[in-house]
Amino acid sequence: MNELFTVPVLLGILYSGVRLATPYLYAALGEMFAQRSGVVNLGVDGIMLMGAFAAFFVVSNTGNLLLGVLAAMLVGLLMGLIMSFVSVNLQAEQGISGIGLYLFGLGLSSLLFKKLSVSTRAIEGFPALPIPVLSDLPEIGDVFFKHNILVYIAFALVPVAAFVLNHTTLGLKVRAAGMKPEAADSLGVSVARVRYLCVTFGSMMAGLAGASLSIGLINLFQENMTSGLGFIAVALVYFGGWTPLGVMIGALLFSMVNALQLWVQVKAIPIPSDLAVMLPYILTIAALVLGRRARQPAALSKPFSRGEN
Amino acid sequence: MTLLPTGRARIDELRMVGITKRFPGVLANDGVDFDVRAGEIHALLGENGAGKSTLMRQLYGLYKPDAGEIRLNGAARRFNSPSDAIHAGIGMIHQHFMLVPALTVAENVALGLASSRGPLLDLDRVSKRIEELGERYHLKVQPDAQVWQLSVGEQQRVEILKALYRGAALLALDEPTAVLTPQEVGEFFKVLRRMAEDGHALIFISHKLHEVIDISHRVTVMRDGKVVATHPTAGSTRERLAGEMVGRPILLEYDKPPVPAAAANEVPRLEVEDLHVRGDRGRDALRGVSLSIRSGEILGIAGVSGNGQRELAEALTGLRRVTRGRVRVNGRDLTHATPQQRIAAGQSAIPEERMKDGVVRDFSVSENLILQDHGHAPYSRAGFLNTRAITRDCAALVKDYSVKTPALETPTKNLSGGNIQKLILARELARKPTLLICAQPTRGVDIGASEYIHQRLLEQRQRGMATLLISEDLDELMALSDRIAVMYEGRLMAVLDRADATPAKLGLLMAGVAA
Ligand SMILES: Nc1ncnc2c1ncn2[C@@H]1O[C@H](COP(=O)(O)OP(=O)(O)O)[C@@H](O)[C@H]1O
Ligand SMILES: [Mg+2]
Repeated sequence: MNELFTVPVLLGILYSGVRLATPYLYAALGEMFAQRSGVVNLGVDGIMLMGAFAAFFVVSNTGNLLLGVLAAMLVGLLMGLIMSFVSVNLQAEQGISGIGLYLFGLGLSSLLFKKLSVSTRAIEGFPALPIPVLSDLPEIGDVFFKHNILVYIAFALVPVAAFVLNHTTLGLKVRAAGMKPEAADSLGVSVARVRYLCVTFGSMMAGLAGASLSIGLINLFQENMTSGLGFIAVALVYFGGWTPLGVMIGALLFSMVNALQLWVQVKAIPIPSDLAVMLPYILTIAALVLGRRARQPAALSKPFSRGEN
Repeated sequence: MTLLPTGRARIDELRMVGITKRFPGVLANDGVDFDVRAGEIHALLGENGAGKSTLMRQLYGLYKPDAGEIRLNGAARRFNSPSDAIHAGIGMIHQHFMLVPALTVAENVALGLASSRGPLLDLDRVSKRIEELGERYHLKVQPDAQVWQLSVGEQQRVEILKALYRGAALLALDEPTAVLTPQEVGEFFKVLRRMAEDGHALIFISHKLHEVIDISHRVTVMRDGKVVATHPTAGSTRERLAGEMVGRPILLEYDKPPVPAAAANEVPRLEVEDLHVRGDRGRDALRGVSLSIRSGEILGIAGVSGNGQRELAEALTGLRRVTRGRVRVNGRDLTHATPQQRIAAGQSAIPEERMKDGVVRDFSVSENLILQDHGHAPYSRAGFLNTRAITRDCAALVKDYSVKTPALETPTKNLSGGNIQKLILARELARKPTLLICAQPTRGVDIGASEYIHQRLLEQRQRGMATLLISEDLDELMALSDRIAVMYEGRLMAVLDRADATPAKLGLLMAGVAA
């Protein structure tokens, strides 16, 4: 056990924790916007898989990382439009349609992966980009300031998201649409437009989350490579009390426990590995049970209509 | 062009012509003509379901008329969404508040408006303007308070501020007083008069006759989707308006003989001593209520909802545990009795939430009529229902109490509110109870059915039944009660003789001000 608690190991856990938090952060921040506007999108994991595939496919064929990111976000945009149409126009049950979208993404990404005979070799992903001066700081320089660009952007999005939500006219519309859509509607705010925007933005973030895995973290594509990560992202939104800061804390906590679990295995510490793998999920369930429901947007997952005809 | 103090142009005249709106199976508006002018308060009066809200929702761009035209200052206009109506200077206060409880007052006002700082919110500026408007129209609210913390009256002010802030020159108020205390209504009417004096055009929707007479210059009465009358309010009586609303003459004041003096050894029908009961949140909802009702007497309980009336009714019908105190019915201690024991002791009840506690929605009319009595003769024997006896008695009850239903087998949820209430009344009074615990007997019930229900209650009073009448409708309390008690924060503020109970006095007591 003592082996686990040496300074280098702890720094290692911190470093991987920050790195691993990236896909969660993109996906969960995006999902947070969808939910704040009143729509639960359970298709995040499927969108991530499609995004991961698209990014990897483009990069392995063109070598252009930026193009890979754009492809992932484009795929997210398209899938977001589908989810918006189904939940806003068709007023479908959101849980079911989200699961449908997930299965669609899971199946299609695997199918395309097989049919397009995509390379199974690792690509050259986003390189580490040490931040001058800061990365030279002892210990924490390595932990926080020697990551690739996608990691920095993910964390930079946290204050941006909080600002947009709390200090812009758009953010106010989003909050109102998620809490009392009829009030927003009666003031001439188009609830449909706000929800389309948030769901689609959230899905683009999910696509980006997928790219951050396949061309930023692992630099490979595998079938079902997210293994449920998108669902954890949805849970993190609840855990984080629908605030960007809460979501970030949740993502870090979750990925730290995940990193710890990896080290436990690497160091061959005598804990059953199955148990170690379960640890982050147990934590998630515990956090959800203990979490506060009070902050939940009041109209979450309720379709809105004026009731005319 | 004449400007309002808010800096916007007046709407000199709004005219709705031949408005028709159909919903599946309902003609909600049938060729409705309606108009209002600057400086005027025009009341729109009608029973529930007459089509008032539907008419206003078309004016506000929420529904599109199937036929007809809306003219502002003589020019035909088409409103496809609330923002079109808002831009044209029309504001609306909805029957149910359109406020986001978790947002601040300023945020609720700013919602959907362009900001002076582009995409960024400018709540400081909004707050300042809210205070200016509040000053001018006596609509004081704290701009940074969260809406859920506000009283209902304050929330109402926020709704009006929202409209004024958007420069509404015409304001449609859909049953704005339904949730206010008499005190708050007084304040609110001052605000409306002020706005009208400034040149706003106001549409005031209500089904409360005295309010319409009090506040409006003209009144339009609607019935079944049609306009039945439009005339100046001055000179109209409540009886005339009620008659127009219902389509037949209506009695609003009842003759009732006084309660005979008590015999020396008379036992009160209901005696409550120092009753304590916990509310849903664990705090004391009743904090020492004592009262007594004699045979042939109706004791009214007035009060703003949420002051313990619901808990009182539940405690007296065995649905809520009494933590302290005593309840005696006809001299017998029933403090902790079950509902069945109370029924056996001659007590009946009309619950506040008739759809939840009064009937089983999916049961048929006859099943609901024998809900409590199905377990004994003549309705069942040895566990088998006697359908012949049930049908015979239920048919008689439905006829006696003029419950309008297609058949005895009709699911109760298909009946109108008034008819469901008559059904409950039939069931509860058929037992010839000696005591009736009766909560909000005519809430949401149209005037015709209300009058009927009142007559039936008075008939039972004649027979000697004692009634505890909990109501938020002061007119109802004054028309029926022999004495009126006012409840405030779980206690009785005072018990007044009917002759001493004026609306003003009751209003003060309801606000917690001791006389
Ligand atoms: N959105 C709707 N869909 C179907 N029927 C409706 C709708 N809104 C109102 N109605 C019906 O139209 C009639 C008029 O309703 P409403 O305008 O709300 O009456 P009021 O405001 O006078 O009480 C009622 O019979 C009601 O059931
Ligand atoms: Mg209405």
